[in-house]
Amino acid sequence: MKVLVPIKRVIDYNVKVRVKNDNSNVDLTNAKMAINPFCEIAVEEAIRLKEVGQATEVIAVSIGDKACQEQLRSALALGADRAIHIEIEESLTGNIDSINIAKLLQKIVEEEQPQLVILGKQAIDSDNNQTGQMLAALTGMPQGTFASAIEVNDDKVNVTREVDGGLQTLTLSLPAIITTDLRLNTPRYASLPNIMKAKRKPLVVRDASEFAVDLTPRTKQIKVISPPQRQAGIIVASIDELIDKLKNEAKVIS
Amino acid sequence: MSILILAEHDNSTLKTETLKTVAAAQKIGTDITLLVVGFNCQNVVEPAAKINGVNKVLVCDNLVYEHQLAENISLLIAELATDYEHILATASTTGKNIMPRVAALLDVTQISDIIGVESSDTFIRPIYAGNAIATVQSLDIKKVITVRATTFEVVASDGNADIIKINSLFSTETSSHLKDEFTESERPDLGAANVVISGGRGMQSAENFKLLDGIADKLGAAIGASRAAVDAGFVSNDMQVGQTGKIVAPDLYIAVGISGAIQHLAGMKDSKVIVAINKDPDAPIFQVADYGIIADLFDVIPELESKL
Repeated sequence: MKVLVPIKRVIDYNVKVRVKNDNSNVDLTNAKMAINPFCEIAVEEAIRLKEVGQATEVIAVSIGDKACQEQLRSALALGADRAIHIEIEESLTGNIDSINIAKLLQKIVEEEQPQLVILGKQAIDSDNNQTGQMLAALTGMPQGTFASAIEVNDDKVNVTREVDGGLQTLTLSLPAIITTDLRLNTPRYASLPNIMKAKRKPLVVRDASEFAVDLTPRTKQIKVISPPQRQAGIIVASIDELIDKLKNEAKVIS
Repeated sequence: MSILILAEHDNSTLKTETLKTVAAAQKIGTDITLLVVGFNCQNVVEPAAKINGVNKVLVCDNLVYEHQLAENISLLIAELATDYEHILATASTTGKNIMPRVAALLDVTQISDIIGVESSDTFIRPIYAGNAIATVQSLDIKKVITVRATTFEVVASDGNADIIKINSLFSTETSSHLKDEFTESERPDLGAANVVISGGRGMQSAENFKLLDGIADKLGAAIGASRAAVDAGFVSNDMQVGQTGKIVAPDLYIAVGISGAIQHLAGMKDSKVIVAINKDPDAPIFQVADYGIIADLFDVIPELESKL
């Protein structure tokens, strides 16, 4: 079974972003970048499927400018077998809508014919939570979103999903699309020898124009502002003071 | 501007979030249709028809829609979509699961998790875990949107919409439901509660989370948690508040033993009043808290409970 794992280069999750002074966007100049945490979980799950003999090959794919090859190398160091970089025009970097990403991924799915595609449930930059579902619609495959457990049995996969109110388990026919939630696994770290080995693993660069997908933006970002700042609060000295404030000042309890 | 809204329900109860999603729709236009799709969901139809501002309720009741499988419902909505310019759902796990699939079937992108409506094609939404607020214009012909319910008010329920039964059946067979494991709780729903008390890593154990019960009982509060508390196995994951868990905006949010990581703040910093109880004076939670107590939670929690 071949497993395809789309990954995204995003700002490191520990970095607190700043909005540019002209309100055109957030400022990513010199920001530390990394694999999106949910994509890391997707890579880990694919590698685990390979380690138990259920996956034969793990392919990582990323769409972006040349810089995203760094994240593809990280995926290779974690255990992916080969990588595909779909290079897009610089003007589109960080500005390509999910539907167009999904269409490019659909082309790779058609070429590679994976039995499973594992994506993160959302990217921590755009917070969209769309691409996996869209890819499922375009390929006509069933979807198991927000997965916290995956169990592959022959031509089916049971996916336990984190839903409001608890857990739900679905049975999907393969090929299928899965998106990862935080509790699916704990991603490993790449070892130094594996980082060295990853440099020799195949990484193919494809130009997005090869795929004849219309990448015209579907949205226009009008402006980006900082969220309203909360008024500075106070430190109270006792529970009595806290209860008094909540009752008489904030009036949120009676 | 005709608008179709997917009603959020569990086949027996209409969720309050739907009434807030209607409020968002009213800022876009006045021709609002609600879709109730499920199985044996007649109890949902009557309250749905009463929602102010809803003109029409489409009811599609069939076994194939019992578990709200995205494969089936997305095909149904895509078929209905010819008559609508806007298709909305609550940004719940159900809406997030189904709507992007609808969007792709219609060859449009989705505008996720909106917190404001500027005009019929321009919307406001948080990005980067709520550290930036983007105003986005959709250039697509149809707008597929999920709504962050916590930022909109519940609309009144004194309307009288027409109820229309529809019989379109879509069943893809590639996906089937195996089982549900829902957390039983007598407490108010986390997303809808007026008061939320949440525990973090500082609670130290699952057993200690029971310390929050007494306060929750007295305040009629829902109990939430940080990711650290969920990952440590103290409580179940559906209690997680944050960027990747639930987004809440209650009148009062009490954070107990929670440091206040960016990802947690993304889920609660729109609460009206925030109280932080933490023994670390440098914890980032104090930067957003209206009232803070620097103390050991094991000392002050029993005291707070007894004095409420």
